[in-house]
Amino acid sequence: MSLLFALTIACYIASSLGYHGYVLFQKRPVYRVASILLWMGFLSHTGVILLQYFEVRHIPVQGLHETLFTFGWAVVGVFLILQIKFHLMVLGALVAPLAALSVIIASILPIPPVEVDPLLKSLWRTFHIGTLILGNAAFAIAFLVGILYLIQEKAIKDKKRGFFFRRLPSLKLLDSMGYSCLIAGFPMLTLGIITGAIYAQMVLGRFWSWGHKEIFAGITWLVFAALLHERLAVGWQGRRAAIMTIVGFVILVFTFFLRFLG
Amino acid sequence: MVEKSEIVVIGLNHQTAPVEVRERLAFSSEDNPKVLQTMRQNPYVDEVVLFSTCNRVELLVATKDISKAVEMVKDFFADFKKTPRQSFEQALYVYDGDEAVRHIFRVAASLDSMVVGEPQILGQIKESYQEASSNRTCGVILNRLMHRSFSVAKRVRTETGIGDHAVSISYAAVELGRKIFGQLEGKAVLLIGAGEMAELAVEHLVTNRARPIFVANRTFERGLEIAEKFKGTAIRFEEVHDYLKQADIVISSTGAPHYILVRGDFKGVMRARKNRPLFLIDIAVPRDIEPEINRITNVYVYDIDDLKNAIQENIEERRKEARRGERLVDEAVVQFRRWFECLDVVPTIVALREKLEEIRQAEIKKTFASLTSASEEDRAAVDRLTVSLIKKILHDPTLFLKQRGHKDKKSLYVDIIRRLFDLDEPNNREP
Repeated sequence: MSLLFALTIACYIASSLGYHGYVLFQKRPVYRVASILLWMGFLSHTGVILLQYFEVRHIPVQGLHETLFTFGWAVVGVFLILQIKFHLMVLGALVAPLAALSVIIASILPIPPVEVDPLLKSLWRTFHIGTLILGNAAFAIAFLVGILYLIQEKAIKDKKRGFFFRRLPSLKLLDSMGYSCLIAGFPMLTLGIITGAIYAQMVLGRFWSWGHKEIFAGITWLVFAALLHERLAVGWQGRRAAIMTIVGFVILVFTFFLRFLG
Repeated sequence: MVEKSEIVVIGLNHQTAPVEVRERLAFSSEDNPKVLQTMRQNPYVDEVVLFSTCNRVELLVATKDISKAVEMVKDFFADFKKTPRQSFEQALYVYDGDEAVRHIFRVAASLDSMVVGEPQILGQIKESYQEASSNRTCGVILNRLMHRSFSVAKRVRTETGIGDHAVSISYAAVELGRKIFGQLEGKAVLLIGAGEMAELAVEHLVTNRARPIFVANRTFERGLEIAEKFKGTAIRFEEVHDYLKQADIVISSTGAPHYILVRGDFKGVMRARKNRPLFLIDIAVPRDIEPEINRITNVYVYDIDDLKNAIQENIEERRKEARRGERLVDEAVVQFRRWFECLDVVPTIVALREKLEEIRQAEIKKTFASLTSASEEDRAAVDRLTVSLIKKILHDPTLFLKQRGHKDKKSLYVDIIRRLFDLDEPNNREP
C-alpha cells in the first residue's frame, strides 16, 4: 500500500508540473500527458482508500491526516467530473498541486491511534465527515475558479491583456463553473452539518452546542446560503459572486482547522 | 551541355512600391492567361507563374539566362501596361537561387504580407498556380517549388501561432466579446450611430450568431436602412436608454460632440439586467460613452484606443511567432536546394552509376559465396563481365542526358530518371 501511496504522490507532482508546462507553453500533448497522470494519480489514490477499507473495514475520515488525504482525493474527483462539462484545462494547474499538497501533508502528519466507536456512531461520523469532505472539495474548486475569475475580470477591466488573458477562458465559463460547484457543494455542506448534529446528539446528548466549531460552521452555511439565494433570486453573478465564494471558502478552511486543531 | 534552369523572382510589393505604382502594374484575372501565354513564347522563359494581388505583383520564372530574362520581364511589364519602365523599375526587386525560393516560401506562409499571418494569401497563391497549371506554364521545377511552398505555409500556420490573434479593430471587439460572454450566440447587439468600422464590427458579431440586432440613429430612416442590412430592428434614438436593459453588446459610433451615455444612465440598469455583463464599445471620436461607466461592476467599456492597444499587442505576438516561421522557411529552403542541385545532369549520372555499382558488388558477393569451386581466374572473368554489362546499359541514357537540344525538358528527364531509379535521399522525396 505504501507503494501505491508513493505512486499517488508522484503522479500528482508530475501532473502539476505537466499542467504548469501546458499553461506556459500551450502545447496540447503536454496537457494530455498531465491529464493522464492526474487520472493515474486518482486511480491509485482510490486504490489506497479501497485497500484500506478491505483490510481494516475503515474509511479514512479519522483525524486530520486521513481527512486531508481523502480531501485530496475528493478535489481531484470533483475536478475530473467537472472537466467532462467545462474543459477548463488551466484549472488543472491549481488542482493538481492542491491534491499533491494535501496528500503530502497527510503523509507527514503523525497518525494518532484510531478510536473505535460503536458501529452506529462511527457510521454517522463517517457520513458526517464524508459529506463535508465532498462539499469542501466542491467549494475548494469554486474558490480556485473564483480566483481565476477575478484575475481574468481584472485583465478585461483594466485592459491589460497579458499572460493570463490569453490563457484563461471566458468570464461566462468561469462564472457558470463556480455556480455548478456551489450547487454541488451546498447540499453536501448541509447534509454534513445535519449528520454532524445527529452524531452530536448520540455522543453528547444534544444536537447543537454553541462551541466555536458550531458557530463557524453556521456562519459558513449562511454565507453560502446567501450566495446561492442571491444567485437564484437577484441573478448575482460575476465579480461579486466570485468574491463571496472566496470569502466563504476562507471561512470554511478556518472552520475545518478549528475542528482539528482548536 | 545545356545548363539547367535557374529560379528567379521579379516583382514589387507593398514594401517597395506605393499603391499608385502597384495599381499601375496590377494584372486582372483576365490578364493572367494572356501574360502566361506571352511568356511561354519567350525563348528565355522555361516555366512561369504570375502572382497579382492588391499588395504584390510578381513573376516567378525558371530560366537558363537570368539577366536576359529579367530585362525581358521589365520590357514586358512596360509594354503590356503601356507605362514607361522608369515609372516602376525603382520599386522592382529581383531574387534568384535560394533567395527566390525563400521569397516564395515566405510569401505563401504570409510572412511577407502587410498584415503578417493573414490567411488569404495562400489561397491567392494557389489560384495563381492553378492558372499557370491550366496554361501549362509550370514544369518540374516550379511544380515542385509551388507544392513545397504550400506545405511550408501549412506547417508555419499549424506549428506557430502566426494566425492566432486578432489584428483588426472590429475583430478585436469580437475577440473581447468572446472573453466576456464565451459564446456570442443569442447576445443582443445595440448599434448607436453608423460608420464603416462600427458596421463591420456588427457584421462580425452577426456571423458569430449574435442577435437580435437593434439600430439607433438620429435619422430614423438611415437607422432602418442599416437595420435591414443586419435583419435587425430600428429603434428611435431616444429609446437607447431603455434598450440598455436588453442589449449585451453596445457599439457606439456617432458624430456627437458630447457623451451619449453617462454613468447616471445606468442607475437601475444592472439590477434590471439581473447583473448580466454588458460590453460597451465606443468607436467614436470624440467619445460617446463616459469612461467612468467602466467602474460599474460587470460593465466593460472599451474605446477606440483600448481596441487599438489590444491589436498592437497582438501584432507584437504575431511578430514573435513570425520569427519561428522564418526558421521553418530556412529549413525548407535547404531541403529544396538539395533536391534542386540533384536536378543537374552530372550528379544524376554519377548517382545512377553508383547505384548500379552497388547492386553489382552485392550480387557478386552473393554469387561468389556459393561458387566455392570457381578459380581466381573464373572470378575475374565474371567480374569483368558485370562491369562491362553495366557500362553498356548506361551508355545510351548517359548520351541522351548529355545531348544538347530538348531545352526545357531536361529537368523533367532528370527528374524522371531520379524517380525511376529511386536516386533521391529518402528525406528529399516528393511527399
